[in-house]
Amino acid sequence: MIPALEEVHVKLKINGELRDLSHVDPQTPLLWALRDGAGLTGPKFGCGMGLCGACTVHVDGQAARSCLLPLGQVGEREVTTIEGLSPDGSHPLQKAWVELGVAQCGYCQVGQIMSAASLLRENPKPSDDEIDAAMSGNICRCGTYGRIRAAIHLAAKEGAK
Amino acid sequence: MNATRRGFLQGLIGGGALVIGAPLLGPVRLLAQEATTFKPSLWVAIAIDGTVTIFAHRSEMGTGIRTCLPAVLADELEADLKRVKIEQALGDEAYGSQNTDGSRSVRDFFQTMREVGASARQMLEQAAAKTWGVPAGECRASLHAVHHGPSKRSLAFGALVAKAATLKAPAQEALRLKKPSEWRYIGHDFPSYDAPAIVRGEAVFGADVSLPGMKFVTVARSPVLGGSLVSHDAKATLKVQGVERVVVLKAFTAPHTFQALGGVAVVATSTWAAMQGLRALSTSWKKGPNASYDSTTFRKALLKSVSSPGKSVRQSGDAKKAIGSAAKRLSGDYTTPLLAHATMEPPCALVHVTKSGCEVWAPNQNPQGARDTVAATLGLKKEQVKVHTTLLGGGFGRKSKPDFIAEAALVSREIGAPVRVVWTREDDLRHGYYHAPAAIHCEAGLDEKGQIQGWLLRTAFSSITSTFAPGRTEPAPFELMMGVTDLPYAVEDLRCESCPAPAHVRIGWLRSVCNIFHVFGTSSFVDELANAAGVDSADFLLQALGKPRLLSLGSEVKYPNYGKSLKEYPIDIGRLRGVVEAVKKSAWGRKLPKGHGLGIAAHRSFHSYVAVVVEASVSRDGEVRVERVDLVIDLGTVVNPDRVRAQMEGSVIFGLSLALWGEITTKGGQVVQSNFHDYPVARMSQAPKTINVTLVKSDLPPGGAGEPAVPPIAPALANAIFAACGQRLRDLPLRPA
Repeated sequence: MIPALEEVHVKLKINGELRDLSHVDPQTPLLWALRDGAGLTGPKFGCGMGLCGACTVHVDGQAARSCLLPLGQVGEREVTTIEGLSPDGSHPLQKAWVELGVAQCGYCQVGQIMSAASLLRENPKPSDDEIDAAMSGNICRCGTYGRIRAAIHLAAKEGAK
Repeated sequence: MNATRRGFLQGLIGGGALVIGAPLLGPVRLLAQEATTFKPSLWVAIAIDGTVTIFAHRSEMGTGIRTCLPAVLADELEADLKRVKIEQALGDEAYGSQNTDGSRSVRDFFQTMREVGASARQMLEQAAAKTWGVPAGECRASLHAVHHGPSKRSLAFGALVAKAATLKAPAQEALRLKKPSEWRYIGHDFPSYDAPAIVRGEAVFGADVSLPGMKFVTVARSPVLGGSLVSHDAKATLKVQGVERVVVLKAFTAPHTFQALGGVAVVATSTWAAMQGLRALSTSWKKGPNASYDSTTFRKALLKSVSSPGKSVRQSGDAKKAIGSAAKRLSGDYTTPLLAHATMEPPCALVHVTKSGCEVWAPNQNPQGARDTVAATLGLKKEQVKVHTTLLGGGFGRKSKPDFIAEAALVSREIGAPVRVVWTREDDLRHGYYHAPAAIHCEAGLDEKGQIQGWLLRTAFSSITSTFAPGRTEPAPFELMMGVTDLPYAVEDLRCESCPAPAHVRIGWLRSVCNIFHVFGTSSFVDELANAAGVDSADFLLQALGKPRLLSLGSEVKYPNYGKSLKEYPIDIGRLRGVVEAVKKSAWGRKLPKGHGLGIAAHRSFHSYVAVVVEASVSRDGEVRVERVDLVIDLGTVVNPDRVRAQMEGSVIFGLSLALWGEITTKGGQVVQSNFHDYPVARMSQAPKTINVTLVKSDLPPGGAGEPAVPPIAPALANAIFAACGQRLRDLPLRPA
């Protein structure tokens, strides 16, 4: 039996705004607080076990699987979703993604872009192998991996300008 | 009837479409009733500001079809694609079939889109001619305006709306279609309409649509197909914060078709509460006859089935005699397991049942089918059910089965509120419509010159028809058409047989369907024959295909040819040879590092011809790496080469996933796998660094793009593994020792 948890007011810093998510169980994974609570539907549900990366967001700039991270553990840290990555879709990765026609169905791409943005922040000029290592937690069932790799290189080049 | 005129009439009757996404309950746009809009058919509307709205009636699951078909219309219309708005059409017969599978959207609607576009363009030209008092023949539409050459006058589309709206659509025989050399979009790369929204996280998928008062629902279903609920205990579930109630859904009545499976639904105020409530739910089931289903035993039963003669489905000469008298004889048995679609977006649906009817928002491949299933489920007339198609987070055939939508409809009716049913990944893998497990038996002889002398091909697999006719153990012609009755090789003495196989889970179609196991068997076997004959595999493949010709099957063969006539879409061995020769030239016979090997395979399906060369390496501990894949496709006329290349790249990855890891197993009638840890699919680090795709230039009628590149991948990889390490792997997934 799962014990009923106290309802609390959880305040979260999301995309630069302080959001009050009232009446939320602090055990709720961040993903559901974002989607059902804050109305941010960019992050997607794919597996619920941190295996596919569709739910990837940034917590203090680092890629995190929001389907596993309990809301109560986010604390004061800054959450960034795809909606907050750039004001108008102008992040070099978003531009590269469109330019190279990366997306097919598009469902996983938000998570892919968030993982890639975290990678580029730490490593502005990643090699193929470094990209593979950083991106292998993100599944794309449509099989867009080749274009994702190319788009990360393109964004790295653009970012360096 | 004149497609354009029919569309025009239906456009008036059909009304407008609601834009999916925010604002959900915003004003319905009844374009046909606005005097400021020219709506010459139900496919297209032009507003006075020049905005051209084109309705996409096929479902977008990643192929780009939501952009490609409207672009065909825009091309003939001479609309500027940058000023085209695409709206998703509701489920409605007026559009013709909306069943987005079988890789047939372009094949079935290329001509319609052209005619609809040309018709609207000619009406705009006529409107301009009337305005200027000049002959219509002197007016030419070009990029969103009509021009009069002699007087150098121009009028924008928007300025012609009022006049055009008063004109009659031209008769079909009066339509002037553009010459292929005049196409500005067809045959050229253009971006997907949804790409910018996707990268901003604004694209609307199934679970991104909400309604006020909506409840979140998960469902506990029988772990065995056809099991019935004995009891359930919801005490713990009801204590979960946010869970409101549980609802028992009655089990389907056989045949299961696309009905909701039944079970116990957990109704909650959030997705997480519904998931937690489901976890806390205790259920007990009477499992029924399918509880004996064990995939390991079943594989043996399939092999036994193909070990004795089956029903002849194609025959010429005397295969048995020819093989018996051959200098060398070979045989091989190949097996493939159950597969799940594992779309990145698990099934989900939002349904609102009201007093007057029902409204659905769901990722689905077939809105008319979804509408009919929901209507039947609720006992409504189909006119009372409205189905909105969101973007699909992958389809691969799974989302043409609307069982999950019917489930949401049942719960919504029961609780009197809008309901979003959410499937977990575990639900998705354990309650799918699985790709059939199969066994293929091949037997052939070789003469002294290494020519094939007689071939016996047997197949046994759980048939998709079992989903509609329980207990059926015989495959249908449309299943045998995929790699059995169309066996392309030049063998005089040939016998193809189908052998019986039952089904114990829901069997459905998955990207490229029966081609997967048939081509794995036959293309592996051809490579085995090549090696036995001591001939280069690519040379042997060409020799086995024989002379360029149109394959003649004989009148006794039931061959549905993917829904088209053989006259329009023959089985053209010349085209199949063409792609083999092209890939041989670009990728075959190159020098490789030690431990690497090349494999080749080719196949025609969905009226497209694909040949592929895979380079693989096998490490000492049996780890397979796919280093490079070269693929050539001849699919006739191409609408958007870039999207076809994307489909080819994706097909390679999809094919590698099923070849190396794809396996659903069952024990006691229950699926063992539950998530991506035990049903792995390719990740970036496992994907080949290089995929070279070549499109053959052709002006023949368009073929399919979404599926035809999948079938040859697994056998090409198996052949490459053999070349790399000498192990002949005859069972999928491929696991070298």
